[in-house]
Amino acid sequence: MVSFSSVAKRYAGGQEALKSVSFVVEPGELAFITGRSGAGKSTLLKLIPAIERPSSGSVIVNGQNVGALKRAAIPYLRRNIGMVFQDQKLLYDRSVFDNVMLPLAFSGHAPREAARRARAALDKVGLLARERSNPIQLSGGEQQRLAIARAVVNRPALLIGDEPTANLDAESAARILDIFVDFNQVGVTVLIATHDQALVERYGRKVLRLEAGRIA
Amino acid sequence: MSAWLRLHRQAFFSALRRLGALNALVIGVALSLPAGGYAVLDGLRAVAGRFALDAQVSVFLRGDLKRADAEALGKALRADRRIASVRFVSREEALQELAAVQGMPEVIAALGQNPLPDTFVVTAKDDTLEALAAELGKLPGVAHVQADAAWARRLAALAGIGRIALWLLSALLGIGLVAVTFNTIRLQILTQREEIEVSKLIGATDAFIRRPFYYLGLLQGAAGGAVAIAIVAAGLALLNREVAVLAESYGSSFRFAFLDPGDALAVVAFAGMLGWLGAHLSVSRHLRQIEAS
Repeated sequence: MVSFSSVAKRYAGGQEALKSVSFVVEPGELAFITGRSGAGKSTLLKLIPAIERPSSGSVIVNGQNVGALKRAAIPYLRRNIGMVFQDQKLLYDRSVFDNVMLPLAFSGHAPREAARRARAALDKVGLLARERSNPIQLSGGEQQRLAIARAVVNRPALLIGDEPTANLDAESAARILDIFVDFNQVGVTVLIATHDQALVERYGRKVLRLEAGRIA
Repeated sequence: MSAWLRLHRQAFFSALRRLGALNALVIGVALSLPAGGYAVLDGLRAVAGRFALDAQVSVFLRGDLKRADAEALGKALRADRRIASVRFVSREEALQELAAVQGMPEVIAALGQNPLPDTFVVTAKDDTLEALAAELGKLPGVAHVQADAAWARRLAALAGIGRIALWLLSALLGIGLVAVTFNTIRLQILTQREEIEVSKLIGATDAFIRRPFYYLGLLQGAAGGAVAIAIVAAGLALLNREVAVLAESYGSSFRFAFLDPGDALAVVAFAGMLGWLGAHLSVSRHLRQIEAS
């Protein structure tokens, strides 16, 4: 599903975020990417939906060479990847429900079908009762769950989370990870970056440990 | 309904919700100037058009001139290279023409004799009308020369200048419209920056992001055009009340005609197009800068 080979990423300022990263995540797998902050976890995840492009090496997602993808093709790549960001990137000028509806608007779904899907996604993360609230009224854990609902509403084959449990208490963090695991159990490939080693060990899944821009 | 149609409908209504009445009013007021000017000028041109704009000169002959001398003069006129055509109107014909006008037979009867002279109506080949008229006036046997169309030509020339001025005004205000739309869209993009950023991040195409802004520019321009038409209609209605009084005193039923439906539609469509153009320029310039990181 996701395959990196000898991927390096240098930023314009000369900073080298990734030196040479190679790994494969098979379809249906759940893998953690760990490492201290600044180890390159975020950069690695950003290469998958082509938010950043690799300086060298190849990033293959679902059979597509992401690094060589044309600009116009990127939106279609992203629709098949659910992304949960550390800062959620929710829109606070609209309701919880409308936040989840956003990705469905791009693809021109029929309104009734879109609403049905959005409610199903909200239901899965336990926020159906809050659909009329504004995201600002939600707790940190709830906001992160809302972000997950938005990420999965298009039924992506791949779900990636960049520090989705950061700034959350242990209980909320566990609940978030459980949701990711639930999606993995129904066949979604999941990739989660986190610096929380203890949390990772509890799940006993594949771990890619990043150290100074390489997989250790 | 196809997804494509749905996406457009969605963009259209999203733009409609953001349409500001004030912007449409500003554009409308600005556009009403050339549109109204056009309507007024069109009316004036219709008035001027009722008079022959040919380069015609009436050459009135002395009353005591013999018919044979008149015929000789006619021959000389016809031989002149500057003259396109010559029509002889005898004093009898002129009297008949005059008698056809209502109320005139009584006047003519009171006179007892025909007061009208023989006349040559001369049409000049080119624009040297005034010089030709002066020259014809010096010919023997000629009592008086009148360049009928001179004032009508002056009016037409003035209308021509007015038309050029209107074109200039239209062009300037058109540029203004594009600039206003450019700025509206820029502000709208800034307002929606976060939404655009997030949308791009989770799979919105550039076309999806741009579409509502194009619609906004188009709608705002067209709404401005419609406001302009309304202003012109109201203005002409007001003007016509006074014009009617004035025209009646001349025995005329002249009114300024409102822009015909085709012209009105053209104003709205053109304004819409300029709005679209402003949106295009703004979107091209500002949307690229918003890239998620």
